[in-house]
Amino acid sequence: MISKLIKRKIFPLLKVQYSNMLEYRVEIALWAISGIIPFFMLNIWTNNNLNESINISDIMLSRYFLCAFFVRQFSVVWVVFSFEEDSLMGKVSPYLIQPLNPFFRYFAQHLAEQITRFPFALIIAFFFFIFNPESIWIPNLSILFLSIVSTFLSFLIQFLMQSIVACLCFWTEKASSIERLLFIPTLFLSGLLAPVVSFPAYVKSWIYLTPFPYLIDFPANLLSGNETNISGGLSIQILWILLLFPLFKKIWSEGTKKYTAMGS
Amino acid sequence: MVQNIIDVRNLSKSFDISSKEPGLKGTIKHFFRRKTKSLKVIKDISFEIKEGEIVGFLGANGAGKTTILKMLCGLIYPSEGSIFVSGYLPYRRKENFLKNITLIMGQKQQLIWDLPPIESFYLNASIYDLDKFEAKRRIKKLSEMLEIDEELFIPVRKLSLGQRMKSELLAALIHEPNILFLDEPTLGLDINAQRNLRKFLQEYNKETNATICLTSHYMKDITSLCKRVICVHEGAISYDGKLDLLLKKLSPVKEILIVCRSEEDAIKLENSSFTVKNKIKNEITIKIENNSIISSLKTILNNFDIEDLFINEPPIDEIIGRVLIKKDYDI
Repeated sequence: MISKLIKRKIFPLLKVQYSNMLEYRVEIALWAISGIIPFFMLNIWTNNNLNESINISDIMLSRYFLCAFFVRQFSVVWVVFSFEEDSLMGKVSPYLIQPLNPFFRYFAQHLAEQITRFPFALIIAFFFFIFNPESIWIPNLSILFLSIVSTFLSFLIQFLMQSIVACLCFWTEKASSIERLLFIPTLFLSGLLAPVVSFPAYVKSWIYLTPFPYLIDFPANLLSGNETNISGGLSIQILWILLLFPLFKKIWSEGTKKYTAMGS
Repeated sequence: MVQNIIDVRNLSKSFDISSKEPGLKGTIKHFFRRKTKSLKVIKDISFEIKEGEIVGFLGANGAGKTTILKMLCGLIYPSEGSIFVSGYLPYRRKENFLKNITLIMGQKQQLIWDLPPIESFYLNASIYDLDKFEAKRRIKKLSEMLEIDEELFIPVRKLSLGQRMKSELLAALIHEPNILFLDEPTLGLDINAQRNLRKFLQEYNKETNATICLTSHYMKDITSLCKRVICVHEGAISYDGKLDLLLKKLSPVKEILIVCRSEEDAIKLENSSFTVKNKIKNEITIKIENNSIISSLKTILNNFDIEDLFINEPPIDEIIGRVLIKKDYDI
């Protein structure tokens, strides 16, 4: 049933959304460039020799932040903003009466955007290696594959978390304000600004109980070749998806009962 | 016997509305203690619609027509009462139910703005489980009926409103639904585009025996498409029946302008038993009840020297306008 859904509905959606995203290629290039926070952080870390305190070499640190950049590029989610706008403008209404959950559209939009973003991310990585030739490395194929899987799982976790918040539109109309509450821990605890290993011990003791370190830190460490518990990390990512998915389904089904179809 | 495809019993819908007093004081009060009240926008309505019927929902702005359509298509949950559409509870949005209906809202679009409509058509076709061959056949058939061709390959943002509306219709009908919910489908269209759309809906209804529920503020949409109308006034049904009957009831007399050959004839007519509205030289306007038009005209033609005569129907907008502000019509 799932393969039929993917083949008959998700692929055509993806194809159309990819064509649509190509219309916005300049914006997507700019979005890709706007995701270079990890490189700024790398600069701060290396200029202040902060990596010495956590026993990570300059090369490994630069690889980590490059990988953090890549993971972020392919796991960035904005569904709450799209859904909120569509919901307030009444654009969700026609999709609600089609035999496909509207969130599949947003899901396909995100995937299509990632595909469009890919070449720009590669170009940025190319320039990164020109300025940091010592950081060049070739991950082995199995690690590369597991990193792609882990990045996709990270994307799924973030997509589900934001979709749950997006469904709050049915009650509050301005769900994006609630999303701001998620943005702060995502920024600070995910490993985007600093590898989680550099956090104080008491923070690390509870941070791994949240989904945040599995959003960027885990896949970035995996891809960059840093020591990490691969099976444990992947299992926890899957566990978070298994926890979030039924929660999303429940909140979606309760939310649609509250839908007032305003703006249409 | 034709089956009821829509069955609505004692349906009500309430919305929670928050209110705010004006000014800074009101804003601060509203921030700390939000007052909400439940507003009943649909009040205990019941009706049935038969398969293949075209029914017009009439009512002033805010009367509740669109809310009724939204409940019928399953977009919003009813607060009380029951609705069955094609044997399904619409708000459960079962796949087979959704494959059977469509909702078209004037000025609201489902087409992807930056891509040509054809992309959205094929996408909808896959959402409704149509294979490529069947989708192609239906797009061809519907585009012929709607008289669109080159427009299918031009980005939606570059199409005119009329072309866009036709494309919206095609996208909404590609799965050949049995029940069409149309909310102001001709809104903003020019006269020719409106006429073409009405013609298309008539053809579609004739060809597929689809049931059509329509709201519109353009009376021409209602008069040319709907034999039956449901008038909604402040959330309740004020009239449910044939449009002809409503018009006859609301406009029992016709005005007839008679041009006599001489002024003497006009004076003779003025002094007869007919109700005269006005008289200018040899032209006289009289009022005749609908049920005695033929006999009265025979009398006039036999007894007076008439040069010409014109029967004036009162403007339908004016008649319907009266319906929108009145609570009950017993026909």
